[in-house]
Amino acid sequence: MAQILKKEQLSGAAWRFRLNAPAIAKKRKAGQFIILRPLADSERIPLTIANADAAAGWIEIIFQAVGKTTMQLRDLKVMDSVLDLAGPLGNPTHVENFGKALCIGGGVGAAPLYPIISGLFKAGNDVTSIIGARSSDLIILKDDIAASSSRLFIATDDGSQGTKGFVSDVFKSLIQSGEHFDAAFVIGPPVMMKAACSLTVAAGIKTYASLNPIMIDGTGMCGCCRVTVGGQTRFACVEGPEFDASQIEWDEMILRLGGYKEFENKAREEHACRLESVQ
Amino acid sequence: MQIRECAVSVESINNRFSRVEMKEQDPAVRSRNFEEVPYGYTEEEAKKESSRCLKCKNPLCVEGCPVNVKIPEFIGLLAEGKFEEAALKIKETNALPAVCGRVCPQEEQCEKRCILGKKGESVAIGNLERFAADWQREKGGCNPSVNLTKNGKKVAVIGSGPAGLTCAGELIKQGFEVTVFEALHEAGGVLVYGIPEFRLPKEIVKSEIKYLEELGVKICKNFVAGKTATIEELLTEEKFDAVFVGSGAGLPLFMNIKGENSIGVYSANEYLTRSNLMKAFIDNPSTPIMKGKRVVTVGGGNVAMDSARTALRLGAEKSMIVYRRGEAEMPARGAEIHHAKEEGVEFHLLCNPVEILAEQNGSVSAIKCIRMELGEADSSGRRKPTAVEGSEFDLECDVVVIAIGNSPNPLIPESTPDLQISKRGTIAADESDGRTSKKFVYAGGDIVTGAATVILAMGAGKAAAKSIASDLLS
Repeated sequence: MAQILKKEQLSGAAWRFRLNAPAIAKKRKAGQFIILRPLADSERIPLTIANADAAAGWIEIIFQAVGKTTMQLRDLKVMDSVLDLAGPLGNPTHVENFGKALCIGGGVGAAPLYPIISGLFKAGNDVTSIIGARSSDLIILKDDIAASSSRLFIATDDGSQGTKGFVSDVFKSLIQSGEHFDAAFVIGPPVMMKAACSLTVAAGIKTYASLNPIMIDGTGMCGCCRVTVGGQTRFACVEGPEFDASQIEWDEMILRLGGYKEFENKAREEHACRLESVQ
Repeated sequence: MQIRECAVSVESINNRFSRVEMKEQDPAVRSRNFEEVPYGYTEEEAKKESSRCLKCKNPLCVEGCPVNVKIPEFIGLLAEGKFEEAALKIKETNALPAVCGRVCPQEEQCEKRCILGKKGESVAIGNLERFAADWQREKGGCNPSVNLTKNGKKVAVIGSGPAGLTCAGELIKQGFEVTVFEALHEAGGVLVYGIPEFRLPKEIVKSEIKYLEELGVKICKNFVAGKTATIEELLTEEKFDAVFVGSGAGLPLFMNIKGENSIGVYSANEYLTRSNLMKAFIDNPSTPIMKGKRVVTVGGGNVAMDSARTALRLGAEKSMIVYRRGEAEMPARGAEIHHAKEEGVEFHLLCNPVEILAEQNGSVSAIKCIRMELGEADSSGRRKPTAVEGSEFDLECDVVVIAIGNSPNPLIPESTPDLQISKRGTIAADESDGRTSKKFVYAGGDIVTGAATVILAMGAGKAAAKSIASDLLS
C-alpha cells in the first residue's frame, strides 16, 4: 500500500501523483520505474519515476489517464492508497559528463525524461532539451525542465507554443545550423521515438531510447516486454528500459504495443460507462 | 463355510493390490471450466485406501520423499478415522500438504518405493495426503498454536514459492523471527502465478499461507529483492542474521526463431500469469489474454501441459502440443499427459518449430515445424532428436505458447557481487545444505537447480532451514 500525498492535474489527461514510498525513494535512480496496481481489479502497469525525495520518503509519478487502470488511478483521492507498488525497477540511466547532451521528450515522455535531464545537468553536461506535444496545454514540466537545461526548445503540432511542428523539426534545424551533440536521450510515444532516433542516429549521435512496452511482473519473469535489439531478444524490464536506439527494431516494438488495442478500448469504454452511471 | 471364507480372503487380496481411484470431472465438461479436475476421496474411500498400507517396518516410501513425510504413521491414523491427527502428522514435516498432495510427482518418489507396487498398485499416498489436508482445512479444528520461545534471530526469506514457504515454516517453528519477501502482489510464487486453478485451487494455497502467518511468519509483498533492497542491505541495514534465497526460475527461454515476437506468441510464464495471477480467465478481465481458436504450445513438460489445458478452458477449438522428441521422452508427469489427452489436446510429437508466421498486422497465423527423428542418447540420457531434411509443414494457429523452460533471474546475482554464480547463471549452493559462497546467505529451489519440481524446492528449503538453525544457534 502506498498513500497518495498529493495529486495534481498537469494538462488534459496528464496527472502528477506524489506517493509515500520511503524504500523506493531511497534507492531509485534516474531512468528507473515502478509497477503499480491501483485497485484489486486493475492491471499491473509500469510508470517511470519522475521525481523523488529520499529524505522525505516520497516518489512522484506522472501518467496519462487514458485506459481503465490509469483512470482508476486518477480517480483515487489524496490520502487514499494505491493497493500495490513495487520498485525501483529497471537499470538506471548511465549518467556521466558527455559534454553536449541532447534530451528529446514527446508528450508525457517529458516526465520520465526530467530526472535524466536533471541528472545530466548536475553531472556538468551542457544540456539541450526539446519537448513537444500536440498543443500548448499538453506541454508538461516546462519550468522544471528549463531550470535543469542549458536551453529548452518547445514544439507543438498546432504552433500554439514554440515551433510549429515536431520535436524532430527542431532537431533538424539545430543540426542544419551546424550544432553537434555527444549523446542523446529520447523518450516519448513510440512513433515519435522512432522518428527522432532515426535522425539523431543518422547524425552520428550515440542515442539512448527508454522503451515502454507492456509489462506484467516487471521482474523478468513473463517476457511480455521483450524487444529485439541488435538482432537479439531483450527484456526491457531487467535489461532495459534504455537501449541503444540504433539497434532497436522499432516496427516490431510498435506492433507489440498495439497488440491489445481492442481489449483496451473495450475496457476503457466500459469503465467510462460505469462512471457515468454512478454520476 | 470354508468356501465363503476363502472367497473373502481372495477379495481382500485383490483389494490389497488395486487402489481406490479418485473420481474426476468428466473430460468433456472439465476441459471447458477452471474447476479442479479430481474430486478428492470421500471419508469411506480414504479409509479403504489407507487400509491397504502394509505398515512396513522400514518404510521405503519415507526415504523417497524429499521432506520425509511420516507416511505409514499418517496413513495408519487415516485408517482409524483419525483424519485431523493424520493431517497434523503430515504437517510435522511438510508445511504444504494440500499442495503436495496435488502437484508432487508421487509416482517418481514415495509411491515408486511402495512394496505393494511390485505386485500391484502402490498405495495412493498423494491422494491420501490430499484428503487429510483437505479434511482438516474444511472440517477440522484450528491448527495447534505453536507457542514458542523466540530465539532472538531474524531470517529473511526471498520468494514465497514452495522453497521459501517451507524454509519459513521450518524456521518459525524453531523460534526464529521470519520475514518472507515477495516481488509480486500475491504470495505463493509458482503456486499462484504458474500452476492453474484446475490443478491447484488458489484458495488452498491461500489457506496454507494463512497457516504460516498464524504461526508468526511475516509476508512482505511488492518487495523486489536486489532492487528494493539488496541482500547485503538486508544483512547490514535491516539486521537480518541470515538470508535464504528461493527466488525461483526466472526468465523464460525462447527458441530464437523468426517471428517469435509476433502478436499472440507468449512465454508459458506470461500466458499462465495472465490467466492465473491476473485472473484473465474471468469475464471482462482487467488484464486481457488472447483467447486463441487454435493454440499451439511448444514443449513437453508439466508447464506445457498446463498451458495446453488452459487454452482449452479459455475456449480454444483446438489445443496442440508440439514437442521435438517422443512421448516417452516428455518430462511431464504421466498423469498430466493423460489428463491432457483425455481433454482432447492434440499431440504433435517428433516435430520442432523452425519459424512462426504472421499476418501483415503482426498477428500469428501459423507455426512452421520440421519432423524429427531420434538418434543416440545425449548428455541427459534421452535420445537426441535430429531434423528430417525437407519435412517442413505448417500448423495453422492464432496463439503460440512457448514452454521450453527458464533461465535464472539475474536480479539477485547482479546485485550481490560476492555471491558465487554457476556457469548457467544459477546461484552456486550446496544442494544438500543450501549454503552459498556468502556467509549467512543460503539458497534453494529453482534458483539453484534450474526449473524442477515443487517438492524438490520444498526439500531444499527444508535443508537450508536446518543449516541456518545450526549456523545461527550454535
